[in-house]
Amino acid sequence: MTTVESAGSSLASPPGAGIRKVKDRTATTLVYAAFAIALVPLIWLLWTVVSKGIYMLTRNGWFTGTERGITYRDAGGGAWHAVLGTLEQVALCTAISVPIALLVAIYLVEYGRGPLARMTTFMVDILTGIPSIVAALFIYAVFITTFGGERSGWLVSLALVMLMIPVIVRTTEEMLKLVPNELREASYALGVPKWKTIVRIVLPTAMSGIVTGVVLGIARVAGETAPLLILVGYSPDKNANLFSGPQASLPGLIKDQFSNLGSTTILEGGKRVTVHYAADRMWGAALTLILLVMILNLAARVIARRSAVN
Amino acid sequence: MAKRIDAKNLNIYYGKFLAVSEVTFTIAPRSVTAFIGPSGCGKSTVLRTINRMHEVISGATVEGDLLLDGENIYGAGIDPVDVRRTIGMVFQRPNPFPTMSIYDNVVAGLKLQSGRLRKSELDETVERSLRGANLWEEVKSRLAKPGAGLSGGQQQRLCIARAIAVEPQVLLMDEPCSALDPISTLAIEDLIQTLKEKYTIVIVTHNMQQAARVSERTAFFNLAGVGKPGQLVEIDDTQKIFTNPTDQRTEDYISGRFG
Repeated sequence: MTTVESAGSSLASPPGAGIRKVKDRTATTLVYAAFAIALVPLIWLLWTVVSKGIYMLTRNGWFTGTERGITYRDAGGGAWHAVLGTLEQVALCTAISVPIALLVAIYLVEYGRGPLARMTTFMVDILTGIPSIVAALFIYAVFITTFGGERSGWLVSLALVMLMIPVIVRTTEEMLKLVPNELREASYALGVPKWKTIVRIVLPTAMSGIVTGVVLGIARVAGETAPLLILVGYSPDKNANLFSGPQASLPGLIKDQFSNLGSTTILEGGKRVTVHYAADRMWGAALTLILLVMILNLAARVIARRSAVN
Repeated sequence: MAKRIDAKNLNIYYGKFLAVSEVTFTIAPRSVTAFIGPSGCGKSTVLRTINRMHEVISGATVEGDLLLDGENIYGAGIDPVDVRRTIGMVFQRPNPFPTMSIYDNVVAGLKLQSGRLRKSELDETVERSLRGANLWEEVKSRLAKPGAGLSGGQQQRLCIARAIAVEPQVLLMDEPCSALDPISTLAIEDLIQTLKEKYTIVIVTHNMQQAARVSERTAFFNLAGVGKPGQLVEIDDTQKIFTNPTDQRTEDYISGRFG
């Protein structure tokens, strides 16, 4: 029998091990530090909005009332008119954007070859970079100046469509590219036509990613303010009609309260106290907007999970 | 129901590049034919021209005639979708549809081809196809589970079940065992022996023992030279190819004196 020598020293401390450890530690520290720094503004922002906004959300009537007849000297007021306006405008925008964006992405990934596809990609790139206020001015020029329409909620939706389409096209394109070609070939080899392969195999496989893209698109447009200012203005009263008159929205409510900030002095328990009703409502609306996007996000994730790849 | 395949002077292109030239062969119904040859010689390419899957790649074209029981599948007015319904295919890597259950994977071809079918018919097809693919006993209690949850060998048999569920005349197999372990490979090889009673089978393989085990006829493909197109060197009875091939190049390849 031969004796097995102890591997000992050479494996325990090979040359250069010390340096490598130092590098490893340094890199680890840097990565964690970067992570912490990135979290600071996020947590700070959330804390500010939640701590200042939660008061209004817990008051009676915030989700049912409106701002009708309420000035910075008055307490109370609600955001229902604004929630309704935002939901309507975003819903119409989504209903228009999603089909167009999906079809464009399908064209680009599954069919697009040659100059037309390159031009489409180029146009989507340009659209991605358009500032929202420019989109709003364009809609204003076409629908109000040229066709003589009136400022109303659906024009906001149209301006938002221009912002939403590129977001959804981009994410959907990436998701469709991730679907392995083998699945398409497996389907073709079964004698399934191309369009049916796309509808029944490719889209379901990419569905959860596509839904994420749609949610990103919604989050992108739900807080847009420039199109509101230009195309619909703001109404402290409820207006459920997308096609006529000024309509409230959450960003609109925030902006309105911000423009009318002011303090007032009241008597509370025999003492004079300075209160900021408008600021409270502004933060309340900000928190409501964040919650709204979050709820839409969660809802979309539940839908996506149902159709997810197992 | 199995059909005979005649290829006549096939020239297969990727764009302007001639990948395989002047391929002519005949494959008898209810037989197993193996395509062997070095990598890049075009055997998979030839296989994919048999059910018009070659042209799925953009720029890929085929010249020549390919007759299925005398009917040219490259003839005018022939829809490649119909060709692929008649000639099924199993791929190198198992590719069950990830969004579908085992059951839905098997009937995917039927459902996507013709839409509404009666539940009883589908149930019957699922059992018959899974039995045909020798997978029924292993999965019958979990048909509603996702197909992607099976092992690699089971997934490949699921793909075979999916291919035979649409009742093709011919079954093409592109290195069906190259991603599988020896036990799963044996299961697939046994399956091929059963399937050949009903189908015409063409199998591409890198494994010469496998070709010798499963096939009655073997075709040897080779490159005509560096940068030149692939070609069919000879096609003959498997027995003859492996013991007494006509062409010196075949003998060199199967005895390992290649290159």
